[in-house]
Amino acid sequence: MNPLQKLFPNIDDWGEIGRACIDTLLMLGGSLALTVLLGLPLGVLLYLTGKGQLRPMPKLYAITSLLVNILRSVPFIILMIVLMPLTYALVGTKLGIRGAIPPLVIGAAPFFARLVETALREVQQGVIEASQAMGASLWQIVRHVLLPEARGGLFAGVTVTAIALVGYTAMGGAIGSGGLGDLAYRYGYLSYKSDYMLVTVLLLVVLVQLLQMWGDRIVARYKRY
Amino acid sequence: MIRFADVHKSYRVDGRDIPALLPFSLDIADGEVFGIIGLSGAGKSTLIRLINLLERPSGGRIFVGDTEMTALDEPALRAQRRRIGMIFQHFNLLASQTVADNVAFPLRLAGERDEAAIRARVDELLARVGLSAHAGKYPSQLSGGQKQRVGIARALANRPSILLCDEATSALDPQTTASVLELLAGINRELKLTIVLITHEMDVVRRVCDRVAVLDAGAIVERGTVTDVFLHPQHPTTKRFVEEALPEEAAGALAPFARIPGRLLRLSFRGDATTSPALARVARETGVEFNILAGRIDRIKDLPYGQLTLAMQGERVDAALTALREAGIEIEELPR
Repeated sequence: MNPLQKLFPNIDDWGEIGRACIDTLLMLGGSLALTVLLGLPLGVLLYLTGKGQLRPMPKLYAITSLLVNILRSVPFIILMIVLMPLTYALVGTKLGIRGAIPPLVIGAAPFFARLVETALREVQQGVIEASQAMGASLWQIVRHVLLPEARGGLFAGVTVTAIALVGYTAMGGAIGSGGLGDLAYRYGYLSYKSDYMLVTVLLLVVLVQLLQMWGDRIVARYKRY
Repeated sequence: MIRFADVHKSYRVDGRDIPALLPFSLDIADGEVFGIIGLSGAGKSTLIRLINLLERPSGGRIFVGDTEMTALDEPALRAQRRRIGMIFQHFNLLASQTVADNVAFPLRLAGERDEAAIRARVDELLARVGLSAHAGKYPSQLSGGQKQRVGIARALANRPSILLCDEATSALDPQTTASVLELLAGINRELKLTIVLITHEMDVVRRVCDRVAVLDAGAIVERGTVTDVFLHPQHPTTKRFVEEALPEEAAGALAPFARIPGRLLRLSFRGDATTSPALARVARETGVEFNILAGRIDRIKDLPYGQLTLAMQGERVDAALTALREAGIEIEELPR
């Protein structure tokens, strides 16, 4: 009997845990990429249309802001269930990695958008004024001033969002999305095999720790100037 | 030429219009260094931002050269702004970019794609401001004076005809201020660039400006050549600014000399008058005696000037004053 078996007697298929890990990473990678893709423009929109900013549009800002707040206040598990018809329409299934990604993105993108808005507000007003004085267009200001100047804060936001997504993917397990959360729920909770729970939780801790370290390192690199 | 025609500006705060600049007209000539001096809140920041329309006037028209800035649409305004450089009190450099990339920034904004041309221009600009050795550094690694030099290089990148300086030396120590002002004066001389600067320090005006306007509570209360305004300030605000630059001019500075007999006079010499021994000659010829109470010899931009406060007595003081005036010396009688 190898020591792993002695420690976790109920786990007879480590390959399943490995596959669950890969599923979690795939869900995380896919949803994070789409979250950034969707949340970044949304955050820029929130920033630009805000009061006293470059293109103040009180009505558009109020509507966008309300939508973001609604999506952020719905508990993720409810959001997943509510979104099921939409998920099915988008990816043709409600289950598995593909079925998990739409709710993950819709849950996390508004969150990330707020972090983007906050990061952009940290950019010195004077730098924006200077680029206006140099004849920069709105697009040039966003592309060449706001985003590069805020990139430390933006990467910090990506890190926080990635970690939140790890939590969301685990929750997805409850409705059959696969991954480590699914494993912990099915074996650990429903079948009382608590060693499954322990292993998956440990793996999730390691994943979060790695994400935080990776994020901090990138942020530190951009803080060096 | 920069021309303000009946321009005024007010801000809407809580549904009420708060005037920032009362209606004024002003011409700034090509190639001159024009100073706008005022306390904080006087409206000078607003005034300088009207030139490149970072602030829009509430009324009136603004011309730069033959272009009516206030009539331009967005793209045309952006094109015009590229012809007007601007530097700032807090430098406003891109923290995420190197010195070289900061200087290249306006070139890239203007659509320059030829990296070799950009590099050549950046090298030339950094050499002009004395920062060639720092091209690869980030702004946070530079001192305040160096940052402002980067700001100046950046402002000059697109070969503007006008340079706007928004309190450009206010965040710098006196020595750095002097070197930055020297750089600006050199740029004005060599590139024939019009410079408009705002400041709250009369000393900045004295060192580099040709003409000055004094702004007080949104109104231009005094304007003229720096020598006239500096040597003969009229408005109370102007007098306060001059007193700050010349403490010996302050009211009460002459109190310790109250018991010295004679008439209190202030003699101003400028240009050639500073180099002739007129005072000694007139004293010899008229037999008057004088006591020098205060004095200074300095420069207003490139023009040497001197100012002496003295108590004069004798039988022929009036004749002496006439002779001094004939020698080109301006005389003011001070109350005792």
